[in-house]
Amino acid sequence: MDLNTTWFLLVGVLIIGYAILDGFDLGVGVLHLFTKDENEKRLAMNSVGPIWDGNEVWLLTGGGALFAAFPAVYATVFSGFYIAFMLLLAALIFRAVSFEFRGKVESAGWKKGWDFAFGLGSLIPALLYGVAIGNILRGLPIDQNGNYLGSFIGLLNPYSILVGLAGLTFFIMHGAIYLALKSDGALQERMVKWINMTWIIFILLYLAATFSTFFTAGYLFDGILSNPLFWILFILLMVSIVFIPVSVKGKKFFQALIFSSSVIAAMVGLVAVSLFPKLVPSGIDLAYSLTIYNASSSERTLTAMLIIALIGMPIVIAYTYFIYRIFKGKVVLGKESY
Amino acid sequence: MDVVLLSRIQFAMTVGFHFLFPPISIGLAWLIVIAEWLGWRKKDAVFEKIGKFFGKILALTFAVGVATGIVMEFQFGTNWAQYSKFVGDIFGAPLAAEGVFAFFLESGFLGLYLFGRNRVSKGIHWFAIFMVAVGSTISAFWILVAGSWMQTPAGYIIRNGRAELTSFWDAVFNPSTVIRFFHVIDAALITGAFIMAGISAYYLLKSKHIDISQKAMKLAVIFGLVVSLLELFPFGHESGREVAKEQPAKFAAIQGLYTTQNGAPLAVFAFPTMPPPQLKAKIEIPGLLSWLAFGDANATVKGINEFPQNDLPPLFITFVSYHNMVALGMLFILLTVLGTVQLYRKKIWESKKLLRIFTWAIPFPLIACQLGWISAEVGRQPWIVYNVFRTKDAVSSSVSSGDLIFSIILFALIYLLLGSIYIFLLIKEIKHGPEALNEKEVLS
Ligand code: HDD
Ligand code: HEM
Ligand code: HEM
Repeated sequence: MDLNTTWFLLVGVLIIGYAILDGFDLGVGVLHLFTKDENEKRLAMNSVGPIWDGNEVWLLTGGGALFAAFPAVYATVFSGFYIAFMLLLAALIFRAVSFEFRGKVESAGWKKGWDFAFGLGSLIPALLYGVAIGNILRGLPIDQNGNYLGSFIGLLNPYSILVGLAGLTFFIMHGAIYLALKSDGALQERMVKWINMTWIIFILLYLAATFSTFFTAGYLFDGILSNPLFWILFILLMVSIVFIPVSVKGKKFFQALIFSSSVIAAMVGLVAVSLFPKLVPSGIDLAYSLTIYNASSSERTLTAMLIIALIGMPIVIAYTYFIYRIFKGKVVLGKESY
Repeated sequence: MDVVLLSRIQFAMTVGFHFLFPPISIGLAWLIVIAEWLGWRKKDAVFEKIGKFFGKILALTFAVGVATGIVMEFQFGTNWAQYSKFVGDIFGAPLAAEGVFAFFLESGFLGLYLFGRNRVSKGIHWFAIFMVAVGSTISAFWILVAGSWMQTPAGYIIRNGRAELTSFWDAVFNPSTVIRFFHVIDAALITGAFIMAGISAYYLLKSKHIDISQKAMKLAVIFGLVVSLLELFPFGHESGREVAKEQPAKFAAIQGLYTTQNGAPLAVFAFPTMPPPQLKAKIEIPGLLSWLAFGDANATVKGINEFPQNDLPPLFITFVSYHNMVALGMLFILLTVLGTVQLYRKKIWESKKLLRIFTWAIPFPLIACQLGWISAEVGRQPWIVYNVFRTKDAVSSSVSSGDLIFSIILFALIYLLLGSIYIFLLIKEIKHGPEALNEKEVLS
C-alpha cells in the first residue's frame, strides 16, 4: 500500500472517530431542545460536559491532517463551501461557549437563550456534515485547475439535503443511545422512544438516499459490486443496524452504542470504497477530480505525518480511555457540574 | 472592495480576538499548577482555594479560547486557498501535530481537572492541571512553528509551483521558532501574573478574602517580576537580534531607521511622519541600536532606503506598535519591582496607590501581546511567506468580496457578543469571590 492510500485510510479513520465521538455530543445537543425541565437539561448537558471538547479535537486534527496530506482538497473544498462553512463555524462557536455560559447567571431568559444556542449549535453541524457529503458525492463544480466554480445556493440541492437529513436523524439516534446509557428513569424511557422513532426514519431516509444516488452519482457504483470490501462493509452495516433496536430492547445501551458506532464506520467506509482513489469528484468532468495522487503532499511530508500519527495517536487513545473510565456511569449532578 | 484587503481584515480580526484568550489560559494554567502543588504537598488550604478560584476563571477563558480557535484552524483553507495550496506540504504538518500532541491533551485533562476534584486522588488531580499547562504550551509551540515558518522559511524548495519539504527539522526549527516560542510563552506568563495580581489587589483594596489575596498577591508579584525581567532580557533582546539578522526590512521599520547608518541610534521616543519617512520629536541614544542588534556600537544597520519601495511594510503602524510593546514591557518591570520592594518591606497591603495600579493593569499585558503581533505580522508585509510568496497572491479565488463582507460582519457581531459576555462573567466571578464558592457548592 503506498503512502497516499495510507493517508486516504487515516483521514477516513479520523472522520469515523470524529463522527462517532462528537456524533453523540451533537445528538445530545439536538435532544436537549426537547428535554422537559431544568434537571433534565442539566443532565443532558453534563452527560457530555467533561468530554465534548476532546471529541471535537478529532475534527480539528482531521482538518490539520487533511491540510497536511491533501492540501488541494483542504483549500478547494473549504473555500468552495465558504458561506456554509462560516455558518458551521458560527454554530460551533455558540455550542462551545454555551456549556460554560449557561449556568453562570440565575435567570430563566439567559438559560433559555443558551439552551437554544446549544441546541441549534448542535443541529446545524449535524445537518451540514451530511449536506457536505451529499454535495461531494454528486461531484463539485471543479475545473481542470482545481478551482471551484459553484455557488452557495447550489449546495442546497434536494439530493444533498436528503443526505443531510439522513445524517441528522442518525446523529439524533446515536445521541439518544448515549444519553440513555448515561441516564435512568423517565429520561431514559423517553430516549428509548426517540431511538425507536429515529431508527425507522433513518432507515427510510438512508434507503431513499441510496436509491437517488443511482441517479445523481451513478459512477459511484461502477465496478463496486465485484469488490469484496464493499460486501464486507455492507454486511457490517446491515447487521449493526439490526442489532441496535435489539440491544435497546434488552436495555444494553453500551452495546447499542457500539453497534451505532459501527454503522458510522460502515457508512463512511462504503463512501470511501466507492470514491477511492478520488477524494473530491468533479461534477464537470470526472477527469478533473481531486484524487489521492494529484491533491497530495510530497512523500517526505506524508512520511513525517505518518510518524507523527504513529507516535501521537496511541498516546491520545490511551489517556482518552483513562479519562472516559473516570467519568463512566450515570451522570450525577454535583457541585462542579455545569 | 478588494478581496485581499477584506481577507486581511478578517484574518487580523479573528486571530487578534483569539489571541486575547490563549495568553490568559497558558499563564493562569502554570500559576494554578504552582498553587495547587502548594495546596497538595504543603496541605495549604488557602492555596487550594486559590487554585480552585482561578480554575474557574481559567475554565471561562479556555471556553472562549476554544470557540475562537476553531475558526482559525479552518481559515487558511476558507480564506487563503492559494496560500494553502502553495504551502500545504509544509504548513499543514504543524497544525496537525498541534491537534495530536496538544489539543487532545489540554481538552481531555481540563475536563478531568474541572469535574474530577472529587473523583480522583489529589495527586492525579494536580497531574491533570499540570497536563493542561503542558498541553497549552505544546500547542503554542506547534502553532508558532507554523507562524515562524512564514516569517523565516527554511527546509524547503520551490518545485512544481509550490513549496516542498526538504527537511522536516529545518522547517520546524527555522531561524525564528525557538526565540519566538520563548518570547510568546513568557508574554503569556506575564499576562497570567498580572491577572492574578490585579484580582488580588482588588480584593486587598476592598479588604475582602484577605488570606487568599495576600498569598496570591505574593505569588503573582514575585513570579511576575521574574518573567517580566526575562521578557526584556534575554527574550526581547534576542527577538530583536533575530529580526535584525533575518528580516532587515522589518527591523528598519519597527525601529524607525529610515536611512542606513553606522553606529545607528536607538529611537526611544518619536513620532513617525510621511512622506518622506522621518521621525519627529525624537529622543535617541546614539549607537545603541547597532550595539543591541550586532553587539558593536559602530556596526552598520540597514535603513528603509535600502529596500525596494514595493517590498516595504507599513512604516507608521509597525513603529508605533513595536515601541508601545517595549514601553509596556518596561512598565511591567517597574510595577513588579515596586511590588516586590513593598512586599519585602511588608507594606504592600497598605500601598493603596500601587494596588489600584495593579488592578487597572490587568489588561496591559494583553495589549502588549496584540502590539507585539501587529509589529511582527504587519512588519512581514507585503509577504505572506517572507521573500517567497506575496499576500496578494494568497487569497481564495472562489470567495467574493460579498462573501467576505458577510463573514466579517457575522464574526464581528459574534465576537462583540462573546467579548462582552466574557467580561461580564469575569467581573461577576470576581465579585462573587473565592469564599462564596463554598456556599454555591452547597446550593447545587
Ligand atoms: C501562543 C499560543 C497560541 C497561538 C499563537 C494561537 N493559539 Fe490557538 N490556542 C492556544 C494557543 C495559541 C491554546 C492555549 O492552546 C488555546 C486553548 C485554550 C485557549 O484559550 O487557547 C487555543 C485554542 C485553539 C483551538 C481550539 C482547541 C480545542 O478545541 O481544544 C484551535 C483549533 C486553535 N487554537 C487554532 C489556532 C490557530 C489555527 C492559530 C493561528 C492562526 C492559533 N490557534 C493561534
Ligand atoms: C495568535 C496570535 C497572532 C496574532 C494576534 C496575529 C496577528 C496578525 C495580524 C494583525 C495580521 C494582519 C497583518 C496584515 O494583514 O497587515 C495577521 C496576518 C496573518 N497571520 Fe498572524 N497573528 C497571530 C498568529 C499567527 C500564526 C501563529 C499564524 C500562522 C500559523 C499566522 C498567520 C497569519 C496569516 C496567514 C495572515 C494573513 C496574511 C497576511 O496578512 O500576511 N498568524 N496576523
Ligand atoms: C521588554 C522589551 C521587549 C522587547 C525588546 C521585545 C521585542 C520584540 C520583537 C523584536 C518582536 C518581533 C519579533 C518578530 O517580528 O519576529 C516582538 C514580538 C512580540 N512581542 Fe515583544 N518585546 C518586548 C516586550 C514584550 C512584552 C512585555 C510582551 C507581552 C506581554 C511582548 C509580546 C510580544 C508578542 C506576542 C510578539 C509577537 C510574537 C513574536 O513575533 O515573537 N513583548 N517583541
